[in-house]
Amino acid sequence: MGAQKKRAAAAAAAARVSEDPDDLARQPLQAILLADSFTTKFRPITLERPKVLLPLVNVPMINYTLAWLEAAGVAEVFVFCCAHSKQVIDYLENSEWFSQPNFTVKTIESHNIISAGDALRLIYEQNVIHGDFVLISGDTVSNMSLTQALQEHKERKKKDNNAVMTMIIKKSKPSPITRQSRLGTDELFMAIDPNTKQLLYYEDKADHSKGTICLDKMLLAENPSISLHNDKQDCYIDICSPEVLSLFTDNFDYQHLRRHFVKGLLLDDIMGYKIFTHEIHSSYAARIDNYRSYDIVSKDIIQRWTYPYVPDVKFCGNRATKLERRGMYRALEIEQSRSAQVGSFTVIGYGTKIGSNSKISDSVIGEGCTIGSNVLIEGSYIWDNVIIEDGCELRHVIVCDGVIMKAGAVLKPGVVLSFKVVIGERFVVPAYSKVSLLQQPTVHDSDEELEYADNSSGTVEFSSIQGTADQSNGEMTSESSEAHKPKLGTGGVGYIWSICEGGQEEEWRHSVAPIPEDKLTELSEAMDDDQELVTQDRTALSTSGELISDSNASEGDDNEDSKDDSVYFEKEVEATFLRAVEENVKVDHVILEVNSLRLSYNMTSADCAGAVFYSMMKLAIKTPHSSASELQQNTANIITTWQKLLKSYLLEIDEEIEIILKFEEMCLESAKEFSPLFARILHILYDKDILQEDAILRWADEKEGADESDKVFVRQSEKFIQWLREASEEED
Amino acid sequence: MPDTQALVMTFLTSLKNATARQTAELLRSVISQQRVPYTNQAGALIDAVKAVGEQLIAANPVELAVGNIVRRVLHIIREEDLSLTTAAIGELNLSAVSDDENDDDRDGNTTLSAAAVAAAARSTLRPPSLQTLLEDTPVSAAVPQTSSSGGDSEGKTADKSSRSRKLKHDVIEAVNELIQDIVTCHEQIAEQAVEHIHQNEVILTLGSSRTVSEFLFAAKEKKRSFRVFVAEGAPRYQGHLLAKELVARGLQTTLITDSAVFAMISRVNMVIVGAHAVMANGGVIAPVGMNLVALAAQKHAVPFVVLAGSHKLCPLYPHNPEVLLNELRSPSELLDFGEFSDCMDFGSGSGSPLLHVVNPAFDYVPPKLVSLFITDAGGHNPSYMYRLIADYYSADDLVVQRRAIAGN
Repeated sequence: MGAQKKRAAAAAAAARVSEDPDDLARQPLQAILLADSFTTKFRPITLERPKVLLPLVNVPMINYTLAWLEAAGVAEVFVFCCAHSKQVIDYLENSEWFSQPNFTVKTIESHNIISAGDALRLIYEQNVIHGDFVLISGDTVSNMSLTQALQEHKERKKKDNNAVMTMIIKKSKPSPITRQSRLGTDELFMAIDPNTKQLLYYEDKADHSKGTICLDKMLLAENPSISLHNDKQDCYIDICSPEVLSLFTDNFDYQHLRRHFVKGLLLDDIMGYKIFTHEIHSSYAARIDNYRSYDIVSKDIIQRWTYPYVPDVKFCGNRATKLERRGMYRALEIEQSRSAQVGSFTVIGYGTKIGSNSKISDSVIGEGCTIGSNVLIEGSYIWDNVIIEDGCELRHVIVCDGVIMKAGAVLKPGVVLSFKVVIGERFVVPAYSKVSLLQQPTVHDSDEELEYADNSSGTVEFSSIQGTADQSNGEMTSESSEAHKPKLGTGGVGYIWSICEGGQEEEWRHSVAPIPEDKLTELSEAMDDDQELVTQDRTALSTSGELISDSNASEGDDNEDSKDDSVYFEKEVEATFLRAVEENVKVDHVILEVNSLRLSYNMTSADCAGAVFYSMMKLAIKTPHSSASELQQNTANIITTWQKLLKSYLLEIDEEIEIILKFEEMCLESAKEFSPLFARILHILYDKDILQEDAILRWADEKEGADESDKVFVRQSEKFIQWLREASEEED
Repeated sequence: MPDTQALVMTFLTSLKNATARQTAELLRSVISQQRVPYTNQAGALIDAVKAVGEQLIAANPVELAVGNIVRRVLHIIREEDLSLTTAAIGELNLSAVSDDENDDDRDGNTTLSAAAVAAAARSTLRPPSLQTLLEDTPVSAAVPQTSSSGGDSEGKTADKSSRSRKLKHDVIEAVNELIQDIVTCHEQIAEQAVEHIHQNEVILTLGSSRTVSEFLFAAKEKKRSFRVFVAEGAPRYQGHLLAKELVARGLQTTLITDSAVFAMISRVNMVIVGAHAVMANGGVIAPVGMNLVALAAQKHAVPFVVLAGSHKLCPLYPHNPEVLLNELRSPSELLDFGEFSDCMDFGSGSGSPLLHVVNPAFDYVPPKLVSLFITDAGGHNPSYMYRLIADYYSADDLVVQRRAIAGN
C-alpha cells in the first residue's frame, strides 16, 4: 500500500515536472556567452591569451560559466569569440563541452568586433536566438538557480510585452569601502520599484565630488514608491527576451551593455521597454572585471561560496583535488619538503614541487610548478609550470605560465608577470608594475580608449580630492619609469610596462594587492566627507531607504517646469496641425504625430485636447473673415473637418470640460473676437457631439460659485444651458 | 560502446542526485551492451564494469553508495561465473567418464582438459590472496586463460556460447534483483518497525531520512502510539520537512534545535536515525550533528539505532573520515553572503579573510556509540558488519581503482 502511494506520488510528481519543463521545453533555453570582455583591464596578460581562458583557481574561467549554464538548464550556448578566437575555439573543441549530451556549445567567431553591442548585432543577423536567452560574459562565476528568475521573467513577459530584460542583482554590505575593496568597482546606485522590482535608475559611477546623485523627478512623480540602493551588486547575468537583440540592431550606437543599453532603455520612455531585477540571496554570482575581483572571486571559490564549483568537486575536467583541514586543496603527486609550510586556504596543483623551508599561504599554485627552498609566497596566484628559485619573495602578485624567477628575486605587491617572463637574480620588481615579453602597445584601439576615457574621468576627479594620494603615486611612477629601461636584472627577459596615463592613480584600485592602509583611510574619509555633505544638503539617502514621493515637496519646481513644457507643447501641436491642414494630411497621421509629441512632453490627453482645440480656433481666426457670422461659419467648418482629431482625445468628461475652459481662456485673452460668439460656438460643439451636455452642465455648475468676471460666458450661454437642463429633465 | 559512454556521461553530469538504484541501472545497461567473447566472459564483464565504476567513483568519491553498487555488481558477476563453472565441472567430469569408456586414444587429451578444468575451478574458487590484493593483477585475467585451454576440445564451442549468454543473462537477472532490493529496502526495513517501537515511547531523530520516516509511518500504521522528537538538522533544516510529514500522518511531533538534544534526551526512549554510509568497522557516516546525538544517547544510555539499506554498507574502513569522507558545502547555507560580504573583504588588511566558514555535510559516528543497525536483512550489531560485508562483496573488488596504491 505504501509502495502504491509512493508510486502514485512519484507519478504525480513526474506529471508536475513534465508539465513544467514542457513549458520550457517548447523553447529550449539558449544563452549567449561573450568570450571577450572588450576591455583592457587584464593587459598585458590578455595580449597573449584571451581572458576567458585565464585560470581561476587552476580552471579556465569559461569552464565555471559553462558549468553553471549547464547546471542551470540551458540547452544551447553560443560562445561569441573575438580576441584570440582561435585559442578559445581550440580549447572548447578539445574540452569535454562539445561531447555533452543535452548541452550544445556553438562558437561564433568574429575579428572586427569591438564591443558587446556589435557582438549582439552580429548574433542577431545570424538569426540563431529564438526565445528567451541568458546573456552572460565568459568571466562570470555563479551557482544560482535560474528557474525562479526565469519563471518570473516569463510571467512578466506574458503580462507586459515590454518587460524585455531581467537583471540579476545581489545584495552586498554597504560599508563605505566594501565595493572598492571587494570588487574594485565604483559605487553603483539603483532605483528599484519595491513592488514590481522594476529597475528605474542605474548609475555605476556616482559623482563622488558632490556626494549626491540626480534622480529625474519624473521618477518620483510617476512611481508611488521607489527604493534607492547602493548596496546592490550587479551580477552581469541577464535574462533577455529576443527583442533585446533587435533593440541593439535598431540602436546602432549601443556599445556597452550597461552604460549604453540599460541606461538607454531606462531613459527611453516612448517605446516603453522595461527592465526588471531579480535579487539572489544565498547563491553566489560575481563577474571578474579586474585583477581585484580576480583575487576576490578566487578567494570566494576557495572558501566554497561557489559550491559546487570548487576545486575538489569535479565539474569540468579539473584534476582530482583533495580538500584537507583549514581549506588546503592538494592535487595528486605533489612533492613537498617536510619543512615547507603550506598555510590555510591554499591550492596546490598537480605535480608541483615545493622545496624546504618555503612558506606558502592564501595562494593558488598551478600545475607542474617548481618552487625552491626558502621561498615566501603570500596571497599570490601562480599559474602553471612556473619556476621559482631559492629565496624569492612573492606577495600578492599574479605570475603567468612559464615564468622563471631567478634566486632571490622579489615581487612587490600588485605585480603582474605575463607569460614566460624571466626575472633576474635578486631583482626587485616595483609594486604594481606589469611585466611582459611584449612591448607595451603605444596606441590603443580608439574605441577602447573612448571607454577608458569615460571610465577614468570620474575617478580622476575623485582622486584630485585627495592631495596626498597623488603624492605617493607620483613617487611610485618615478620608480617604475626608472625601471623601464628594459632590464630585469641579470638574465632577465621582458619589458616593464609603464603605467598608462590617467591610470596611475588607480593602479592600487584594481590590483590583486590589498588596498594600502593609507589609501583605505583616505577612502573612508572621503566617504565621511561625502556623508557630511549629504546631510548638509538634507537630501540624505539612507542606505537603501525608501523614498515615498512627496507630492507637496516637488510641486514647486514641478509647476514651473510643466508650464514651460506645456507652452512648447502647444506650439508644437499648433505647428503640426497647421502643417496638416496645408498638406492635407490624413487625420490618423495627425493623431499619431500628436501622440508622439504627447509622449515626448509627457502630457495628459486633456492637454492634447486643449492644444488641438486651441490650434483649431487659431486657424479659424486666421482664415480671413469680414463679420462675426463669417467667423462662426469658418469655425463650424473647421470643427466639422477635424472633429475626429479632437474626439480622439476626448476620452472622458474632464477633457471636454478642459476644452470649454480653454475656449473661455482664449475668448478672454488671445482671441477676443470669439467672445461674442461663445454661446454659438458652444452650441456648434454640442451639435457636433464633441461636447456632451453633461460636460457643459458641469462646467456651468463649477462656474456658479466663481467671481462675477468669470461668469461672463456662463451668462452669455445661459439660455443654451437652460435649454440643456430642460431637455435632460424631460428625458428623465 | 559509444552508447554506454554517453550514458556514463549523463550519469556523471547528474551525479549530484545519483542514487544507488541509478548506479545499478547504469551498470545493468553497461553489462547488457558489453559484447562478450566466447572465452573469458566473466573477465570481460568485470573489466567493463570496473572501467565504468572507476569513472563513477572518481566523479564523486564522497558518494559511497555508488562505489558500493559497483562492488556489488562485480561480486554478482563473480558469483554467477563461479556457479556456472561448478556446473561445467560437473558436466566435464561426466564427459570424461564417458570418454574413458569409449576411446583410450583420447585418454591423455581428456585428462589434460580435466586438469585444466580443475585449474580453472581452483582459480575461481580460490579465496583472494594477499598477493592479488597487493599486486592488483586482475584475477579475471587469470581465469580466462585456464578456462580457454579447457575449451580446446571440439563440440564445446556451442556449449560455450550458450554458457556465455547464460552468464550474461544470469548476471542481468541478479542485477535486477539487486535493483529490486534497493527499491524495496525502505519497506523491508519498515516491516521491522513494530518490533522496535513500543507503545507510548518517545523517539528522537535528526534531520530527515526517507528510511526513518517510512519506519515511523509503518509503526503508526500498526496502531502504535508514540511521540517523535525531531532535531531540525541545521543548516539544511531537513528536520522541518520531516516534522511536517509526520504531522500530516497524524504523529505527535516535537521539533527541537540540534543544540537542544542533550536537554531533551533524558525523556527519549530510543534514537532512530538514517545514515549516509555504514563503514566496514560499523562506524557510520551520517548528516552533521549525528555524533552529538550519539554521544548524548550514550550518556543517557538510550539505544542509538541506525537504519540503513544494505546498499549503504561500504566495505572500506574509515581513515580520517572527518576529512576524507566528508563534503564541505557552501557557507551560504549558514549565512547570507550579502549580510557578511564585509567580512569577506579581502581587499583590505593583510588580504586574508578573518572569517572562515566551514560547513561539513557529514559526521562520523564511531561503532561503539551505535547500539543496533537495522538493515533490510534484519537487525545487527556493529561488530557484525564485517560479516555482512563478506556476504555482499568479494575481497578482490575492495579496490576498484587499478592503480590504487600509486594513486594514493
